Amino acid sequence: MNIGEAAITAVFGYAVVFAGLLILMIVLYCMGAFFKEKSFEKTEPTVLIEETKPEPIQNTEKKVAPGSAGRIKLYDVPDKEAAMIMAIVADTMKKPINELHFISIKEVK
Amino acid sequence: MDIVETLKTLASNSGFAGFLTIDGLKNLIMIIISFFLLYLGIKRKFEPLLLVGIAFGCLLVNVSNFFSGGESSADALYHPELWDAFLDHNSEFYHSYGHIMAEGGLLDILYIGVKSGLYPSLIFLGVGAMTDFGPLLANPKSLLLGAAAQLGVFFAFFGAVCLGFTGEEAASIGIIGGADGPTAIFLTTRLAPHLLGPIAIAAYSYMALIPMIQPFFMKLLTTEKERKVVMTQNRKVSKTEKIIFPIVVAVFVILLLPSTAPLIGCLMLGNLWKECGVTERLSDTVQNALMNIVTVFLGISVGATTVGSRFINWQTVGIIVLGLTAFCFSTIGGLLVGKIMYKLSGGKINPLIGSAGVSAVPMAARVSQIEGQKANPKNFLLMHAMGPNVAGVIGSAIAAGFLLAVFK
Repeated sequence: MNIGEAAITAVFGYAVVFAGLLILMIVLYCMGAFFKEKSFEKTEPTVLIEETKPEPIQNTEKKVAPGSAGRIKLYDVPDKEAAMIMAIVADTMKKPINELHFISIKEVK
Repeated sequence: MDIVETLKTLASNSGFAGFLTIDGLKNLIMIIISFFLLYLGIKRKFEPLLLVGIAFGCLLVNVSNFFSGGESSADALYHPELWDAFLDHNSEFYHSYGHIMAEGGLLDILYIGVKSGLYPSLIFLGVGAMTDFGPLLANPKSLLLGAAAQLGVFFAFFGAVCLGFTGEEAASIGIIGGADGPTAIFLTTRLAPHLLGPIAIAAYSYMALIPMIQPFFMKLLTTEKERKVVMTQNRKVSKTEKIIFPIVVAVFVILLLPSTAPLIGCLMLGNLWKECGVTERLSDTVQNALMNIVTVFLGISVGATTVGSRFINWQTVGIIVLGLTAFCFSTIGGLLVGKIMYKLSGGKINPLIGSAGVSAVPMAARVSQIEGQKANPKNFLLMHAMGPNVAGVIGSAIAAGFLLAVFK
């Protein structure tokens, strides 16, 4: 292979990678738009429920936490470590832990 | 029994006597290199799961095989001449795995999994099961950063041709810039199997060195203001989207480039097992047990290809230099497109996430996070950087598929 051919192959190859991922991006946007619409339809009634929620607690330091914000999935993380991580995040964000919704904690190996 | 004669025979048969030849000296150098790689893997924790295996494979093959005159030692664990015959169209043993099984050593037999492309594909199965594509689905623009970060692949490919490597060899060297070990091994075994040792070692070493290579370019190509950008939280991705994603990608990418089928197919199957929610046992097995088993075989058999007499030459030096160039240019490509996105989004996208477009999951994303936090301690870029990071895996597989389609 000569240098000219190599240059053309390199430019064309880079263009193919871009084109492939660009088309995939468009597909994902369409997919995302479809699901966003669907989830919006589903979540509409819950908006009303949220509106009737009581006033947020002002002094969270003195009062007892009013419950958790859902369940958390732990992957290869002991309960103690998960509790510690959640406490650190809550402290860093200056938010009461029961107002944060942790979805999952996974150890990155 | 003639004791003196017996001692002489033992001495001449011992590996120590092998060091006295020119090729034996190369083995000695490789043994020292294997000690250094073991140090990097164990003490410095550079990709230890693979590097320790590769280093020990390198050690084993160089203490057991004093290759001279085209023949391996009697007790060699790996026989390069068997694989030469396997690849030689004129040989009676062309593509004869039976010959390898009958005549080969332990590492020859393990190497069959590398040669056939089995191990890289199985590794991708595990990678797929461990990867959360949620950040990519939440922000599909990340795919462009994954594409941009393949710049190094094609730059190094061009550089390698300029340095006199053949097209097949150049393609195998270029893919180091994809920062994806299994893809590099997969492509090299198909296009330039004789370069597998140096390419695999370069790929894994540079992947481990990402925290040292990337920050320099990140600081060089971005301003303090750009690095401080705090990105807004991504939207929540539904379970259904996560289930459909691997099916869509598998169909789309394999139709686009059929040669990517082993890698993309396994990556997406692993991910589907993870996300579908009804195959937890399989997902758990490929993430842990299978991944560990394949890592054992892959590491040691790749290390086995580093026989001193074949490894120590100027080609290896060229590959090491071009591999580093590929990594640097991939980082630069990702950052430059990141900067373009920063401008086009009106300063909402932090360009540091661009460098995560080189695969190396999740290390490259961690580097973006660390550098982002150095500029602004309140910056949490990790999840934003995971999008380009996993896009890079798909991007490097597409780049490999393109090179395979051109040269195979």
